[in-house]
Amino acid sequence: MLEIKNIHANIEGKSILKGINLEINPGEVHAIMGPNGSGKSTLASVITGKEEYEISDGDILFENESLDEVSPEERAHKGIFMSFQYPIEIPGVTTTNFLKTAINETKKARGEKEMSAKDMLKMLREKSQLLDIDSKFLSRSINDGFSGGEKKRNEIFQMAMLEPKLAILDETDSGLDIDALKIVANGVNKLKNKNNAILVITHYQRLLDYIVPDYVHVLFDGKIVKSGDKNLALELEKKGYDWIKEESKNK
Amino acid sequence: MSKYTEDDLKKELETKQYEYGFYTDIESDTLPMGLNEEIIIAISKKKEEPEWMTEWRLDAYKKWKEMEEPEWANVKYEKPDLQKISYYSAPSNKPKYNSLDEVDPELLETFKKLGISVDEQKKLAGVAVDVVIDSVSVATSFKDTLNEKGIIFCSMNEAIKEHPDLVKKYIGTVIPKTDNYYAALNSAVFSDGSFCYIPKGVKCPMELSTYFRINEAGTGQFERTLVVADKGSYVSYLEGCSAPSRSENQLHAAVVELVALDDAEIKYSTVQNWFPGNEKGEGGVFNFVTKRGLCENNAKISWTQVETGSAVTWKYPSCVLKGKNSVGEFYSIAVTNNFQQADTGTKMIHLGENTKSTIISKGISAGKSQNSYRGLVHISPRAKNSRNFSQCDSLLIGNACGAHTFPYIETKNKSAQIEHEATTSKIGEDQIFYCNQRGIDTEKAIALIVNGFSKEVLNKLPMEFAVEAQKLLEISLEGSVG
Repeated sequence: MLEIKNIHANIEGKSILKGINLEINPGEVHAIMGPNGSGKSTLASVITGKEEYEISDGDILFENESLDEVSPEERAHKGIFMSFQYPIEIPGVTTTNFLKTAINETKKARGEKEMSAKDMLKMLREKSQLLDIDSKFLSRSINDGFSGGEKKRNEIFQMAMLEPKLAILDETDSGLDIDALKIVANGVNKLKNKNNAILVITHYQRLLDYIVPDYVHVLFDGKIVKSGDKNLALELEKKGYDWIKEESKNK
Repeated sequence: MSKYTEDDLKKELETKQYEYGFYTDIESDTLPMGLNEEIIIAISKKKEEPEWMTEWRLDAYKKWKEMEEPEWANVKYEKPDLQKISYYSAPSNKPKYNSLDEVDPELLETFKKLGISVDEQKKLAGVAVDVVIDSVSVATSFKDTLNEKGIIFCSMNEAIKEHPDLVKKYIGTVIPKTDNYYAALNSAVFSDGSFCYIPKGVKCPMELSTYFRINEAGTGQFERTLVVADKGSYVSYLEGCSAPSRSENQLHAAVVELVALDDAEIKYSTVQNWFPGNEKGEGGVFNFVTKRGLCENNAKISWTQVETGSAVTWKYPSCVLKGKNSVGEFYSIAVTNNFQQADTGTKMIHLGENTKSTIISKGISAGKSQNSYRGLVHISPRAKNSRNFSQCDSLLIGNACGAHTFPYIETKNKSAQIEHEATTSKIGEDQIFYCNQRGIDTEKAIALIVNGFSKEVLNKLPMEFAVEAQKLLEISLEGSVG
């Protein structure tokens, strides 16, 4: 589904990603871990097409098509979704209205018919029940005055509504207490199926107790320096990142 | 008889070709350019006005001659040459075009985006409307409903002739002839406008709209409107239209006076979309309007406006809260793009005890435009226990525009409570990217954010108008982010 080939990315002349290779197939859960400043969030931004990053080399393929020259909204239409580390507030725009616009714009881009108000309401109700979200929440301005936990839950709710093929969870666990973390992780698990894929970006192992990855990759200094299964995450939790740093230096 | 609402009328109009209403059959002719006493007498004569009206105009003209064009507003423009304007041009019945094919396609595109019906498009663009089918019945049922209740709703010309006592009693009482330079000019030369009278205790069953009695696009450059709501009555009045008005007149100086007698309520909503000039800032209408309402005891006046057009706007719909417990409200959205300049706001003059006012102003600036809010809250010595709440929010799009807030607060009574809140925000790239990531392109994202920002005011508009206004905001800001 997603193929990252030797991607190099800079921001303001500073090299952040230095040759990343990664392949994600439908039904898989991948986790990217790494210390602060290793390039985790940059990778998420590059996949979603944030403009301030310059790709100096390499390519990203989504369903065998290059994403080069594809705008962020077109990537979204193709089925790439990101749960933001810091979800953005839009005062006066309700979650319902925001999602209605997002879904219909996506449908329009795909040449499909707009969703009727009735179907939209039905879907909103179903998905909010699935994720145990109070319907009052949907008529509040998006992320405006939300707590950290509410914001992250709202991101997962949006994921449920938009039904992406690839969902990137950028530091979804940051700022969550353990109860909120469980709720969010349960939500993600409910949405997981054999046709979609999830890329979890995280600093800590604890989220991976709940969203169990098939593959774990360690990102350090703009490169994937180690890959393994879920046990790698446990090892990192125990030993920290220093041994990885040492290992990569010695290479 | 079941209630005949404006919606019903609209529905009928959608399916019928029409040409109806307060249609005045005047043959087209135009007076020479320039302004002097003879011209004013000629205007009055053309309109077959009674002598008192001619005198009234002449008096206004004399006073206007002594006045100077104000310069305090935060706008820069080349002063129009008032001797190069023709002050009388009768509405021409001749269509400008024979079919829609001849009309500027850009204009038609905008009509389409606004969801304006084909017939309406023809009317607005000045295209000949085909055979009139059954139009009389539509106009008649509309007028019948009003007549039954004793409501007068007609052109100012007609009112001067048919209801001279009412006009004489109220015209110029809220906005004196000498109020300001452009109000004085309007008093001398006003072309036409609307008059509305709601009798005691009557609730007007439909929203009154100038939109329904426009002979052609643009009712002239010096409109004059007078709305009188007698004791205990209620009226909601809609002015303007979201369709772009490609006026050939550079200067528009309108006057709107509202009188709400004891326990009466007037809701006055405006959507203004005069030609704002092109992307280089050339052309465009100067919109210098004086709007003011007077509230007697327990009366309420509520102004709601969505301003997206004009090159230069200078407009302060105000309330004089004369009576005890009277209420004034001002809800405004002002959008400026490209090289537009707007200096707009309100004045709330608290004279009576326990008077209350609310001001919600939303300014949106894009391009290289300048958008100023200017508001006065005045509490007079005898306005005990008066309250005001003001909220002025500005939203900036891009780096080249400006937003300014000039609040004036004058309190002469210690018991008054005044609150003022102001915010300035900018549409952030992170907000846009967030929308993009959800599949919403940048243009749509801006529309969404702007609508969210303006929501409190949009909610105050009558339903039909609100939908149009929302679309209008979108169109006005198209291309504002590169």
